[in-house]
Amino acid sequence: MSISRRDILKSLSITAMTGSVLRVIPLEAAEYAHRMLKAEKAAGEAHTPKFFSAHAYKTLRSLCNMIIPSDSESKGAVEAGAPGFIDLLTSENHDYQVTLGGGLMWLDNTCIDRYEKTYLDCVPEQQKEIIDQIAYRKNVKDNPSLGPGVEFFGLLRKLTADGFFTSEIGISYLGYIGNTYLQEFPGCPPVSET
Amino acid sequence: MQVKRTPKTYDICIIGSGASGGTAAKVLTEGGLSVVLLEAGPPVLPQRDYKEHVWPYDLPHRGAGVGGRARHGFDNEFLAPNGAWEIEGEPYVSAPGSNFRWFRSRIVGGRTNHWGRIALRMAPVDFKVHSHDGMGDDWPLSYEDVAPYYDKVESYIGVFGTKENIPSAPDGIFLPPPRPRCTETIIKTTCDKLNILCIPSRQAILTQPHNGRPACHYCAQCGRGCITASNFSSSQVMIPAAEKTGRFRLITGAMARELVVGKDGKIAAVSYIDKATREEKRVHARAIVVAASACESARLLLNSKSTLFPDGLANASGVVGRNLMDTVGSEGGGYFPQLEKMPAHNHDGVGGMHMYLPWWKFDRKNDFLRGYHTEFGGGREMPAVSQYDHLCDDFEGYGISLKRECKKKYGTYIGFAGRGEMIPNENCYCEIDPNIVDQWGIPVLRFHWKWSDNEIKIAKDMQETYRAIVEAAGGTYLTTTDEDGPRPYGISDGGVIIHEVGTVRMGEHPGTSVLNGYCQAHDVKNLFVTDGASFVTNADKNPTLTIMALTWRASDYLLDQAKKGNL
Repeated sequence: MSISRRDILKSLSITAMTGSVLRVIPLEAAEYAHRMLKAEKAAGEAHTPKFFSAHAYKTLRSLCNMIIPSDSESKGAVEAGAPGFIDLLTSENHDYQVTLGGGLMWLDNTCIDRYEKTYLDCVPEQQKEIIDQIAYRKNVKDNPSLGPGVEFFGLLRKLTADGFFTSEIGISYLGYIGNTYLQEFPGCPPVSET
Repeated sequence: MQVKRTPKTYDICIIGSGASGGTAAKVLTEGGLSVVLLEAGPPVLPQRDYKEHVWPYDLPHRGAGVGGRARHGFDNEFLAPNGAWEIEGEPYVSAPGSNFRWFRSRIVGGRTNHWGRIALRMAPVDFKVHSHDGMGDDWPLSYEDVAPYYDKVESYIGVFGTKENIPSAPDGIFLPPPRPRCTETIIKTTCDKLNILCIPSRQAILTQPHNGRPACHYCAQCGRGCITASNFSSSQVMIPAAEKTGRFRLITGAMARELVVGKDGKIAAVSYIDKATREEKRVHARAIVVAASACESARLLLNSKSTLFPDGLANASGVVGRNLMDTVGSEGGGYFPQLEKMPAHNHDGVGGMHMYLPWWKFDRKNDFLRGYHTEFGGGREMPAVSQYDHLCDDFEGYGISLKRECKKKYGTYIGFAGRGEMIPNENCYCEIDPNIVDQWGIPVLRFHWKWSDNEIKIAKDMQETYRAIVEAAGGTYLTTTDEDGPRPYGISDGGVIIHEVGTVRMGEHPGTSVLNGYCQAHDVKNLFVTDGASFVTNADKNPTLTIMALTWRASDYLLDQAKKGNL
């Protein structure tokens, strides 16, 4: 492409800054700028973890994939960049470092105690067994030792949802339509009662 | 040898460039006066500073902010810049037992860059509360005094709405309202059943081209700042008008420190810190318009001590800093199953609500005095961080079932935000902290705060109303609140609704007020305080439109005084 994003933004600002009377930004120019932004993002390289160790990050990716997987309707949380998003936030937040960093260690420790293997080395049935236990708060009543795992998984579930549903994949999966330029707002569409 | 230069003396020095300072700058320069304006923050450049049309995935933090802090109630990453609950190097203090939050914007335009654009007139009764119910004080002016200025402000900035003839919500000069969204259609139908008023809202957003500004393009992102200036901000609508006159000088990065009084008891100069050089500088003007925001204006007066004014400028009454009010806030929301059936469609609209609930129980005796209005929103908005926190905790689990549940519930929530009137009380005020200064060496504010029973009863009524509406619509009310504790019925902490007013109030009597009805100090004739500090009461109407109307009125008075040679 011969025009850079900077050129576009510059031309937008000149149009927008004509003294006190502001003029409309040409819609095509604005939309083109947004397409360029998107293209730049898509070209970005794979995430290099800032906080998690290579092993912890691999486990994190596996869990994100389990929490929001691909299905027939869309790709999942890993493809949507949730692990990188979670790593970035965790690198800047001490509480997340304790809950998520500690939680991943807890998961491995618990798997080693039970199955003599780290979580990633467990067979899928074993992985499902432990995740099924920490995915529900009620399990802590019967087995208080699950507390740290439930706490960890509760936060990871929210952050995975954030990472997925704020991605291009997640937003399109939900069917959000908007963030655009309309001449008129049409209001609520007609809905059949059936 | 030192060269003594005669400093330029402006007609007016304005402190602050938000709703009030911007309005004063426009009206005074267009009226022929020379104006210098001190703004504590930097200039705003919309195309650089506004995040309009940015998707969450365009930002590395997806809108969650550094360390995910927006997930925990702080500083939305998309918000127009330089508004924050905490400013580094410029602290404030809450007294023990008080928890006051102070949202400040240090930027040209101040909080109008990202405000909610809700533009409600105060009603006639709102100016005469003491005469009506015996509590608080009447304003030294009436609705009829202010109405022509509401007209001027609305005509200039552009406000949409509809004529409704509701006594608690006077009509204005309106552009057509936007069409209702699905969520608003549901609430309107339900409110009709419950005999609760639900009408098109009134917001400073252009639904058609107006005074050279293009119409809204319906992206719902007003809070991020609007690159096309299709909503109102002082930085894009007031300041450019002042600049066009050639009689306006804007000094940014200028933190006003003290109003310097001459021997005649009038203000001779404004002393400020140039933030770039950390130097103390002065500007000279014949009259001073203080519009730094309610608490910041009180702080400036309290910090302007002299032999003539040992307790702070214009503070013989001891009222400066007192009568601090915010709005009573309580929020709730529910799940509406009928919204699951909505086909995917563009639900954006303008930034904020297309309809709202004005105060409707003005014709009966209630458990509390005064009233509240209700803002509401929800539906198929742009996905954002934290939106599935509640669902994740509630549904739990993982996998395809969780993913599908999120999709099924997307856009099925409607949230309500009550905004009620607080009656000023002696426990709510700000004062200068004796021990702490900010990084510019200026003593900081210490806040005292306590809601009274009337406000808590208002919050209770809000919760009951929102539950009733959600349930009458066939939905499930999801909010739970405690009856006591620090936040009974979900009542907001002081300052959180960002409607702080009252700290330099106007009134008939110099013993109990600081200003007259023209925002002019009783004790110092060339001092005007035109922002929310001048309010006598804090009606259930968002204060911005009234701040602008009062400023315009004070500015007209100043122009008249200038014409008479009284500056």
